[in-house]
Amino acid sequence: MTTRIDTRFAELKKAGRSAFVTYVMAGDPDLTTSLNIVKALPKAGADVIELGIPFTDPMADGPSIQAAGLRALKNGMTLKKTLELVRDFRKDDNVTPLVLMGYYNPIYIYGVDKFLADAKTAGVDGLIIVDLPPEEDDELCIPALKAGLNFIRLATPTTDDKRLPAVLANTSGFVYYVSIAGITGAAAADANAVGAAVARIKRHTKLPICVGFGIRTPEAARAIAEKADGSVVGTALVDALKNSLDAEGRATAKTVNAVAELTAALAQGVKGAKQAAE
Amino acid sequence: MNIAKPNSYRSGPDERGHFGIFGGRFVAETLMPLILDLEKAYTAAKADPAFQAEMNGYLKNYVGRPSPLYFAERLTEHLGGAKIYLKREELNHTGSHKVNNVLGQIMLARRMGKKRIIAETGAGQHGVATATLCARFGLECVVYMGAVDVERQQPNVIRMEMLGAKVFPVQSGTRTLKDAMNEALRDWVTNVHNTFYCIGTVAGPHPYPTLVRDFQSIIGNETKTQMQEIEGRLPDSLVACIGGGSNAMGLFHPFLDDPSVEIFGVEAAGHGLTQLHAASIAGGRPGVLHGNRTYLLMNEDGQIQDAHSISAGLDYPGIGPEHSWLHEIGRVNYLSATDDEALAAFQLLSRLEGIIPALEPAHAIAKVMELAPKRPKDHLMVVNLSGRGDKDVPQVGDILRGKSK
Repeated sequence: MTTRIDTRFAELKKAGRSAFVTYVMAGDPDLTTSLNIVKALPKAGADVIELGIPFTDPMADGPSIQAAGLRALKNGMTLKKTLELVRDFRKDDNVTPLVLMGYYNPIYIYGVDKFLADAKTAGVDGLIIVDLPPEEDDELCIPALKAGLNFIRLATPTTDDKRLPAVLANTSGFVYYVSIAGITGAAAADANAVGAAVARIKRHTKLPICVGFGIRTPEAARAIAEKADGSVVGTALVDALKNSLDAEGRATAKTVNAVAELTAALAQGVKGAKQAAE
Repeated sequence: MNIAKPNSYRSGPDERGHFGIFGGRFVAETLMPLILDLEKAYTAAKADPAFQAEMNGYLKNYVGRPSPLYFAERLTEHLGGAKIYLKREELNHTGSHKVNNVLGQIMLARRMGKKRIIAETGAGQHGVATATLCARFGLECVVYMGAVDVERQQPNVIRMEMLGAKVFPVQSGTRTLKDAMNEALRDWVTNVHNTFYCIGTVAGPHPYPTLVRDFQSIIGNETKTQMQEIEGRLPDSLVACIGGGSNAMGLFHPFLDDPSVEIFGVEAAGHGLTQLHAASIAGGRPGVLHGNRTYLLMNEDGQIQDAHSISAGLDYPGIGPEHSWLHEIGRVNYLSATDDEALAAFQLLSRLEGIIPALEPAHAIAKVMELAPKRPKDHLMVVNLSGRGDKDVPQVGDILRGKSK
């Protein structure tokens, strides 16, 4: 079965360029602004959208993304509303791949089967669930694959060659390589180390490999784009959003544009990169 | 719930770390290789007589074990029912049961060649035990503690600093134990190559709930032997307080397959079960947090809710997964005691026995005050006195003086 993610990466490969993957938090700072931001991302150059599911205790995220989640929750965001946001986004855009990224508990409480059915209907293409390693594949990964959703797994610098096959076994859509051992928004790994890691993972899979954690500037995005099939930017966009808010943390007239403008600049960086010869 | 009874309550977890539906390994990929390494190292250490012998040496001469099983004569007379024995874990070096587990984990860390130890702490007892053993073995020690807890547990913060540990007050979320655990996990993800995460209770990803339980089981094993020596038979009931539940699991586990022994775990009911509390079993349901599936306090959307207890050590929205299983399977009875009940018990034990308990085991004493009078005089009840109250003296003093005004 071909998903929007598969189609998008096939197109990009044909065009000879790397993907630009953006991450924003659903409902940050409020549902309406968040929907407008998500709608603006493809126009600004995002090839794939990752949409964060807010959670009170995001153990693998840094302070920026944790604060974004708490802003959204404070304004009443829920998993149900996150799916509504996706449904509204799909009214105007039926091609941009959209991946939900978050932690397992809200999904577990929503009910796995109901969540997968609702997510599929809403127009979600894939899931990245940070706290579900392959050892817990029965929980959500296998049911998600059966439901026709991609399950995108994180590979990290600690994932050695012995473990990689287990990590890749049920992964689909793309592989998300976390360039550093650390939380989101931390310092970036150097592009050469990333290049070596991407080459190592490529020996084990034909899936596209996107690299994230620590990419903040068009130059950094470009350097990663030369080594990988995609670069992911999250914290920098979340920070741009936060800096546009008023003193009470509410959206202003600048908020949607602040995210869109940075997205456009980063997308230029990625599109200017030459893909490494395979 | 219809769950088949196992042949043994002591055989868990399964090879994937599950106690029934509870437990498991719900962590970021960065940590998985480390957790698998830890499991391997623990399995090897358990089978190594040299590891056991070295541990036993430190338990005896550094920790001060065995801890006494003391007949609380005046408390027994006062309550007028069961014969009450206190398992004196507060007499251990560092003043609580926490040192049993920390010793085990630090010895594992040394076997694994790790030089940097991180820990999270609520009341500070686990932090103090970790700082102590890091000092003893010359290891770098970093302790994460919620900013609220740093305020209310000053004596332990000062102790940790004197022992050479760095204490980081955590400002995120509710600024208590839950957030300290998040922060410790973030540190571990970032410094995975040289760092050992010393978890303070029977929670977290497999194999932590198991290895912490095993290290704490010395409490129940000693109790069994001591009760045989004193009374010539098994106790009839056991009572222990539960935050994450390590002191309780340590006392309970060796008795789980003795059907004549009634077992009671006491959660913190805070202001009451319909208000702010920390009773995950009484007021929560199964969910996934901090690496395991277990009973959690959360809202209808799966967002974790704030816990509250007068006792920083019980102020956590979850509980160890094995407790969740023992609850569902009906082997252990889980009760709860409010802040006020714990304070009353704190004063009663201090005045009757000359033992100032920590606020955590004061919750267990509070339920003993209810349970003991209903039992016959030949009923043998053991309460785990998991920690001493020095750390709580300033806090309780303020509350009592405030009340008397």
